[in-house]
Amino acid sequence: MIQHPGVLALLLASGLVSLLLTAAGWQGLQILRGWNLQSGSEGQLDLERRTYLVSTLVANALVIQILSLFLFIFTADGLHTQFVGAMCAAGSLAANAYGYPTLLTKVATCLVAGVWLILHRADTQGYDYPLIRPKYALLLLLVPLVLAETWLQASYLTGLKADVMTSCCGSLFGQGRQGLASELAGLPTRIMQPVFWITFGALMAAGIVLLRTRRGSTVFSLLSLAFLLVSVASLISFFCLYIYELPTHHCPFCLLQREYGFVGYPLYGALLGGAIAGLGVGALAPFRAQKSLVSALPRLQAHLAWSALILALVFTLIVGIWMFLSPLKL
Amino acid sequence: MRAPVQRYRNILDFALSSLLRRKGRNLALICVYTLVVFVIASLIFFVQSLKREARELLVQAPDMVVQRMVAGRHDPMPAAQAEAIRAIRGVEEVHSRVWGYYYDPVFGGNLTVMGSDDPTLAADAVWIGQGVARNMRVKEGDLISLRGYGGLPMLFAVQKILAEESELVSSDLVLMSPKDVRSLFNFPEGLATDLAITAGNPRELPTIAAKIVEQFPDARPILKSEILRTYEAIFDWRGGLMVVVLGSAVLAFIIFAWDKATGLSAEERKEIGILKSIGWESSDVLLLKFWEGSVVSLTAFLSGVLLAYVHVFFFSASLFEHALKGWSVLFPRYRLMPALDGYQLTVLFFLTVLPYTAATLVPIWRAATVDPDAAMRS
Amino acid sequence: MIELVDVVKTFQAGLATPFTAVDGVNLNVPRGKVTVLKGPSGSGKTTLLTLIGCMARPTSGRIHLHGLPAGTLPQLAKGDSLEITSLPERFLTAIRRRTFGFIFQQFNLVRGISVLENVLLPTYPTGEDHGDAEARAIERLESLGLARHLHASVDRLSGGEAQRVAIARALINDPTVIVADEPTAHLDSKLSEDFMMLMGQFKAAGKTLLITSHDPIVYSSPLADLVVEMRDGRIVAGP
Repeated sequence: MIQHPGVLALLLASGLVSLLLTAAGWQGLQILRGWNLQSGSEGQLDLERRTYLVSTLVANALVIQILSLFLFIFTADGLHTQFVGAMCAAGSLAANAYGYPTLLTKVATCLVAGVWLILHRADTQGYDYPLIRPKYALLLLLVPLVLAETWLQASYLTGLKADVMTSCCGSLFGQGRQGLASELAGLPTRIMQPVFWITFGALMAAGIVLLRTRRGSTVFSLLSLAFLLVSVASLISFFCLYIYELPTHHCPFCLLQREYGFVGYPLYGALLGGAIAGLGVGALAPFRAQKSLVSALPRLQAHLAWSALILALVFTLIVGIWMFLSPLKL
Repeated sequence: MRAPVQRYRNILDFALSSLLRRKGRNLALICVYTLVVFVIASLIFFVQSLKREARELLVQAPDMVVQRMVAGRHDPMPAAQAEAIRAIRGVEEVHSRVWGYYYDPVFGGNLTVMGSDDPTLAADAVWIGQGVARNMRVKEGDLISLRGYGGLPMLFAVQKILAEESELVSSDLVLMSPKDVRSLFNFPEGLATDLAITAGNPRELPTIAAKIVEQFPDARPILKSEILRTYEAIFDWRGGLMVVVLGSAVLAFIIFAWDKATGLSAEERKEIGILKSIGWESSDVLLLKFWEGSVVSLTAFLSGVLLAYVHVFFFSASLFEHALKGWSVLFPRYRLMPALDGYQLTVLFFLTVLPYTAATLVPIWRAATVDPDAAMRS
Repeated sequence: MIELVDVVKTFQAGLATPFTAVDGVNLNVPRGKVTVLKGPSGSGKTTLLTLIGCMARPTSGRIHLHGLPAGTLPQLAKGDSLEITSLPERFLTAIRRRTFGFIFQQFNLVRGISVLENVLLPTYPTGEDHGDAEARAIERLESLGLARHLHASVDRLSGGEAQRVAIARALINDPTVIVADEPTAHLDSKLSEDFMMLMGQFKAAGKTLLITSHDPIVYSSPLADLVVEMRDGRIVAGP
């Protein structure tokens, strides 16, 4: 293992998040089992107090997880010099089989935790804890997800071995290793471009329909998710080429570097935020009929829809303008 | 939209006033917290800086060095090999180097004696590194005496002392003409210590290396990129090792913080009871405690980082040098170039603020969810 | 105004046998009148006060609030009535902030901060504009004769002054009901009379008052419209 302070920080953070969320999950279980809002017994009052603990734990876990997502990418990037053939984080992550799964699971936990917090916010607007069961059920889904992520990340990090010099041979590593996939294959531009613009258009349309008629939440939600996936694929496939001004550099991570103006942060931030907001809209949809949420829920959904649309627009504007102004012409 | 923001501000105001009211109690915590941040930050800055130095200095190193190995040990290389290697496609330049280690019994310490073809290097003169100059207490124009093969002293005039900026690699260096090197070590003509190779296209280096090994099975090519990688790995490992050792200090701090957060004074408990009784809700009190914790963390973090910055870049990390640099008689003296970036600060944040926050979560919640009617009964 | 139906409050935490503080109370606190809860300590009147004032939830039974100002929890209120028994803490607290103003026996002022800040404390979580809140606070303090002490630390005040600060704080959010727990316990006769006079002013202004006391100055006062006597968690004399 490479005992780098950054690696240790990641392991620590992951361990903490797992701890926090497992504690939250355990509380959630107690709450699910004993919940009876009509009762005024001390047990019930205690359970209500615990709901505060759970939401605090999850909120903290989400913040840590988002930070650790970026820290993970940066650490992988910093370690690329240790591996022959790796040009940047993309290469480091491919150094063993756990790299990319860790990244994907991290993103998934961020999404689920974000949606959970949205459900929690809706729950607090109702006078009878209307979403208590679905909320804690989702939590019970989040816990194994985050434990899996901790395990995957630990496996990845402990399994890394730097290609340092041995006493016998210096540079003979390069030969055996067939390119550490330092370049991610991008899907062909001819296909991705129209797919991106169509998805973007559909999302905007669905959003406008939702905001005006209050219908179509599920469709909007699915389109948000689709937009996330399509955008990332498009970034890798062609958007980033304009940013790097190089027709062969298909790397999603170098965008976060100083030389490209840290443009990766607003881009990925917008995508992540937009996806969470959009998924939140869909997650709330089944509960529209709840009496206690009749007025609050549509309002919350509207706010989320606006956020998702604005963030999608921000993303598209940034890449669009960059594409337009880039000296590279594909 | 304004109401939530105003709420945050109000509660932040109260949090600040609370902290100031209980200066004494919080001061101890902030001092310990700052100390922990300081120690870990010093470590991280130091290691990072050394890595950067190494990287910058190695820019001047040759792309590839080829050595000859006999029975697993380094052996001089015949000139004929150099010629053959020059002929390999892609090789731009091959420079036969002659150098060695000279142990100085008078002043102790190993010097690296290297042959230099620089035309400005005068005959019977040497260029020496700062560490050598300090150790032998000589300056430009002085004479130094080295014992050659057979015990005969060889006199050299110190023509130049190498620049301070390069101290990290040149501290123990003595440069002289290749002829003098050979006399000093009785190094035969027609042999070289190793070859420094420059390639036209750096991407070709692994291919060239492979061809060299194919032609000369006893050759060991070492790429600059590998040296760099190994250096970085060593620094990382040492840095990581120290972080693990410091882990016990962090753990002690966490326990202290948790204990402090759990053991609210009667005064604090009463105050929270009052707040709850006059209309503050649990989430309001949680926000209050969160603000307090953030202010404490921010203060400690900034102070610790500032102190560490001064410690490492003005005092050259005097507290840690020995553990991290290895030991030798000739210590290069150098001023590290400040190198601070967001990544290091984030790592530092993760190693210090995160555990603190996690440790205080449950105690804060317990304090915040006290029943409002408890204030009535006191 | 406030209707209690079969309200029971039991405490169990850590005790071998549960302790019933309030045992099946049925009570109707009338609007715009002064109600006094009378009884020895341990009779449960303080607990009953916390239940009525939305500070605690009953173990069983129902509590209804009537005549609430418009806009209080529109999704639940039936007209202007609200059943508060099973409301989550944040809703309960929101109602309490707007409806009830508490004056505690020990005054419960926060030490180390000024009088003005103490009075402003209940407004912090509402996110109300600071300037507006401050103007209101100053006005309340002035009407209680405390204009000189605005920035004084509460540690320096006399008993009577401290109580008036507590009153100002209780009034800051313009509550409909004023609740006072043993308000004259730390006051001499003169100050107790002054206090009752103040309460008279509030009653004249249309507020509902609920006071617990075992002080005759309070329960025998002509202002007291309804006197409810409690013993061992039950009402033994009253309406």
